[in-house]
Amino acid sequence: MKYRYLKDVVTLNLDQSKCNGCGLCLEVCPQQVFTIKEGLSSITDRDACMECGACARNCAPGAIYVRPGVGCAYAVLMDKLGIKGKCCGDTCGCTLEGTSDY
Amino acid sequence: MYESKAVSCCSSSPEQEEEISYVNCEGFLAGTIETAIDQVARVKAELTASDKIGSFKARWGVGRMSYAVAPGLYAVGNPTPESPVLVSANYKLSFDSLRKELGGLDLWILVINTKGINVWCAAGKGTFGTAEILRMVAETKLPALVSHRKLILPQLGAPGVAAHRVKAESGFRVIYGPVRAGDLPAFLKNDCKAEPEMRRTTFTFLNRLVLTPVEIVGLLKPLAGLTLAIFLLSSTALLVGGDQYRLLAVIAQTAQILVPFILAALTGAVLAPALLPYIPGRALAWKGWVLGMVLAVILLVGAYSNTSWLLKSAYLLALPAIASFLSLNFTGSTTYTSLSGVVKEMGVALPVMIISASLGAVALIVSFFI
Repeated sequence: MKYRYLKDVVTLNLDQSKCNGCGLCLEVCPQQVFTIKEGLSSITDRDACMECGACARNCAPGAIYVRPGVGCAYAVLMDKLGIKGKCCGDTCGCTLEGTSDY
Repeated sequence: MYESKAVSCCSSSPEQEEEISYVNCEGFLAGTIETAIDQVARVKAELTASDKIGSFKARWGVGRMSYAVAPGLYAVGNPTPESPVLVSANYKLSFDSLRKELGGLDLWILVINTKGINVWCAAGKGTFGTAEILRMVAETKLPALVSHRKLILPQLGAPGVAAHRVKAESGFRVIYGPVRAGDLPAFLKNDCKAEPEMRRTTFTFLNRLVLTPVEIVGLLKPLAGLTLAIFLLSSTALLVGGDQYRLLAVIAQTAQILVPFILAALTGAVLAPALLPYIPGRALAWKGWVLGMVLAVILLVGAYSNTSWLLKSAYLLALPAIASFLSLNFTGSTTYTSLSGVVKEMGVALPVMIISASLGAVALIVSFFI
C-alpha cells in the first residue's frame, strides 16, 4: 500500500535538459517518484515525494532540485521555538527507525 | 548543502557534541580474524538475550542516546579480500538489524560514526555522509584490505551520500543495496541487483506500532501536570464552596475528569498511528482530530452523558485538539511525509488546536465553579 500525503506541496524539480539518464534517482528514491522515459528520467509521481533529497544529492549532472528536509512536525515546532537538538533523542521515534534499515 | 536546510530534524548543536560511550562489544563479538593489514573483530550473525534487552530499553527511551557501537571494520564469517563490504551506521539497533540477517555469509561491515543515530536520520543530517565514509575508508585502510572497489550502502543512506563524489575521491563505487537488511542475502546472490520491491519502504502495522512506546513515555510528564492541575482545581472548588474538604472525593473527581484526557492522548499517540491508512483524509492532524472527535462523542453519549454542559464542551474542544496534536507529531515517524507538507498542515492545524484547546481549558476551569 502506498500512503498518500498532501497534494502538490513538494519542492521537487527536474531539469531534463541536464539529465544523463543514469537512473540513479530511480534507484535511491524510496517512494518511486521517477521513471525512465526515452532514456531520460521523468517525474511521474510527484506527490509521493517526501523530500529526502537522495535523488538530488546523487545526481552527478545536477539535474534535480529539492529542498531536503525531514517531514517531522516536532522538529518544525522545535525549530520555530528556537529549541535546538531536542530531536532524535528520547522524545522522538524518528522516521523509519522501526523498519530494518541497516 | 545541509547547512542551508530550512529545518533539520536531529539538528546537532556544538554543545551536544559530547563523547558518547559505546556499548560493550563483548556481547556481539566472536573472536578476531587475521588480515593483511590488521586484526579485525568478528561479529556474531545472531542476536543474544543482551542485544534484545538493549533493543527493548532503547525503544522505551532508556539510555537511547548512548546506544552506539564503536565505528570501524568488522568481519562476518570468514571474509577474504574479494568479499563484499557493507556500510552501516553505529546505532546499535541498525547494526543489530544488519548482522542478524547475515548468517552463513562472509563479508565485511564498515561501521561509520553516525553518533549513535540510525541510517535514515543520520543521512538526513549528513552524518551518514560522503565525508564520513571517505574518512572511515581511509582510517580502516580498506583499499589495502580488499581487492575490489565497491561499497554496498543501505538505500536509505542515499540522502546523505553523493555516490559520484565517493567514487571520485576514493575510487570506491557506491552500490545502493535494498532498503531492508533482510533482503541483503538475496541482493548479494543476485549480483547486487535489487528487485523493485526491495527499493520500496514499507510502513506496516508493526512498523508503526514499534514507534509508539517512545511517544507514550513523552506523554507522562504533560499528563502528570494535567492531573495536578485538575486535582488543585477540584480542591479549590470544594473549599471555595465552603464544603468540608474530603480528599477521597477530590481524588475520585480528579480521576473521573482525567480519564477522557488520557484516552485522547492514547488515541492520538497509539490509535491514530495504528489505524493510519484507514482514517479518511490525508493530513495527519486531521486524522487525529477525527479520531479525537469520535472519542469525545462516544464518551459524551456514554459514560459521561450526565456531566455538566460546560465539562462536555471542554471535552468536545480539547479532546480532538489533543489527539490531533499527537497525531501530527507522528509525522516524524512516518515514511512518507514531506517537510513542505508538514509545514503546510501545521500552518492550518496549529492555530485551530491552540484556540480549541484554550477554549476547552477555560470551559474546564469554569465548570468547577458553577
